[in-house]
Amino acid sequence: MNLLEDIVVIDFSQFLSGPSAALRLADMGAQVIKIERPGTGDICRQLYVSDVMIAGESTIFHAINRNKQSYAADLKDAEDLEKVKQLLAKADVMMHNFRPGVMERIGLDYETVKQINPAIIYAEISGYGSEGPWKDLPGQDLLLQAASGLTWLSNNNDESPTPMGVAVVDIMAGTHIAQGILAALYKRTISGEGALVQVNMFESILDFQFEVLTSYYNDGNQLPVRGAVNSAHAYIAAPYGIYKTNDGYIALAMSDIVLLGTLLQCQPLLQFSDSNDWFDKRDEIKEILANHLLTNSTSFWLTVLEKADIWCAPVMDYDALAQQDGYKVLNMEITVKTSNGLAITTTRCPIRVDGKLSTTDKGAPQLGEHNETIEKQFELEKIFQEK
Amino acid sequence: MMNLPLKGLVVLEFSQYLSGPSAGLRLADLGARVIKIERPGKGDAGRKLAIKNLWVDDNSLLFHTINRNKESFTADLKNEADIAVLKKLVAKADVVIHNFRPGVMEKSGFGYETLQQINPRIIYAVISGYGTTGPWKNKPGQDLLLQSITGLAFTTGNGSNGPVPFGISIADILCGAQLVQGILGALIRRQKKNTGALIEISLMESLLDFQFELLTTYYASHRQPQRSKINNGHPLLGAPYGIYKTADGYIALAMMDLQVLANAIECDAVKIFLQQQAFAERDAIKKILAAHLVTQNTGYWLSHLQQQDLWAMEVLDWEQLMEHEAYKVLQMEQTVHTGNKTIVTTRCPIRINGKKLFTDNPAPQLGEHNEKIKKDFSIV
Repeated sequence: MNLLEDIVVIDFSQFLSGPSAALRLADMGAQVIKIERPGTGDICRQLYVSDVMIAGESTIFHAINRNKQSYAADLKDAEDLEKVKQLLAKADVMMHNFRPGVMERIGLDYETVKQINPAIIYAEISGYGSEGPWKDLPGQDLLLQAASGLTWLSNNNDESPTPMGVAVVDIMAGTHIAQGILAALYKRTISGEGALVQVNMFESILDFQFEVLTSYYNDGNQLPVRGAVNSAHAYIAAPYGIYKTNDGYIALAMSDIVLLGTLLQCQPLLQFSDSNDWFDKRDEIKEILANHLLTNSTSFWLTVLEKADIWCAPVMDYDALAQQDGYKVLNMEITVKTSNGLAITTTRCPIRVDGKLSTTDKGAPQLGEHNETIEKQFELEKIFQEK
Repeated sequence: MMNLPLKGLVVLEFSQYLSGPSAGLRLADLGARVIKIERPGKGDAGRKLAIKNLWVDDNSLLFHTINRNKESFTADLKNEADIAVLKKLVAKADVVIHNFRPGVMEKSGFGYETLQQINPRIIYAVISGYGTTGPWKNKPGQDLLLQSITGLAFTTGNGSNGPVPFGISIADILCGAQLVQGILGALIRRQKKNTGALIEISLMESLLDFQFELLTTYYASHRQPQRSKINNGHPLLGAPYGIYKTADGYIALAMMDLQVLANAIECDAVKIFLQQQAFAERDAIKKILAAHLVTQNTGYWLSHLQQQDLWAMEVLDWEQLMEHEAYKVLQMEQTVHTGNKTIVTTRCPIRINGKKLFTDNPAPQLGEHNEKIKKDFSIV
């Protein structure tokens, strides 16, 4: 697809937020070079998760870092730092997600890098921004979910605050920084000017809640109340939720309760003819529905409802999903290969360009795997030796 | 007013509800002129979709939230004269976004190939529910249904719960955000190669991409990731990762060394577990931690944990959050005025050259900008 052909991205970031943004830029055709500490590299390399590893390495690292190069450099070593600066002089984008102050101490803050390369897009992700009492706190996904009020939106009201089980803060912040980088790159094609682009995870997860936060700002600051039963969204009326059937689960989105009662032959629902009640009496309505839906199978209910164009779906886990033609037809899985012979199945870039899928087979790099290639391509060694 | 990066770009938004319009909102905040193309009489169905029965005028607060900083142009895609006007607009636009079901735009004569004839440099960006081929292509692309189909509902809540969906429209929001990435990438290519592009994404692909860590792990193990029985924070992560009740609230604990944790909170019972057991024994460890943490206040634990640089945080609700200096210093809120109403909402989370992006342009009334747009684009 190569939308970003010839764009060089120097990525100092670790874990997920920054690297997920760099992954997207790589998917779109940029050359992404991870700058990693010799010996340990991106901390994510050691972040072993669950009990699943690929040849002793974290599956997560491989998922996040496919299609990238690795350049090992000790930023506290003068020679290495000099080479990195030579690299930055020829780069289009630089990214990092260190805590505030770290890049200033190393000497790779925006003001310094701008001197080296005025046209560079300098992108940084922090946890909480560079001001305020939380600026030095760790920018970690679960902690940001906890701090931002997000955990009071999922699950039933009698459950504890419930975090989302995917690293949504990292991923949203990564998505936002990629947007900022791309917008700045676009503008540079016209103005020739570089830019500083900043995102913090805190703002990203507040932005993620923009619909419900705006409700809170304007409804007299009433805290969200999750539904008592079958809760799926604190602000949406019945039947919105997931329901148990006699052989699994079914999801119901927004729908007319009386119509639903008629289609499902659930008499007690017919009394709710005032649509205002669908929100105000959602718990009562959902309880009736929940008891009724338990009496038959998911596919039975789906057949009845789909015929009438009601918004419904079966609830599937990965085992069930992977068998569906609707999943297979997307060709979402790709196999990438690492230089030491590992083959890893992962997901591809979700964006299609001109009808084509982005299907790279390049796996994640070994630590420092591309030092020589990169020094040659950017003539780093030569420049340094001449000094 | 700073010189925003997308200044000068014109985006035609043939979109409804959240996925497409959230993409339009981001492009608008970054400086593009975003024009909603709406059906006369009704417009974007999102105008009549309220959450919690909250309304501003004829339009819901939700609509105002998603569509601020845009213009509205009404046109009937079945009316010849309107079609002719729209095509003139397409000729002068940079980007077209739509989120209709597959075939709808083509039927109206606004498919990519047709618009490419009119404007070869157009970036044509499409959001579908499940892609444009396959058995599910005509299914409704609705957020909760996509969460349910893609396995996402089995990541959240405890192992003892049924499937628990995210209480935010994650599929719509992420898909809209990724569409923006594709559009911007295509705009960058256009500057070099002078070519337009077709950018396509589906809610389903976005949600699968969202779960890429979990899915890559699943592809390697062929085992459905399991939520921990209690205090689940992430199905792939070992103890203590999760949220715990304290004597006066809740505390979140991220990844950390079990021995260091045990010492910091003086919980000897956790010391018998080796670090390598943090995943396999997570339910047992979490049970001990949960019983221990409930005995003291959140502030007590936080001071002990943060002293050791352990990753912990208090769990706040919005009321507590908004009283906090850490929230206020962000200036995340902005005010827009519409008619005689004032709406407080959030601003764009991206800062450029150290500046926060504020705008007070409200959402448009249906067809509000028809005359202005015809004039600006010299359409008669």
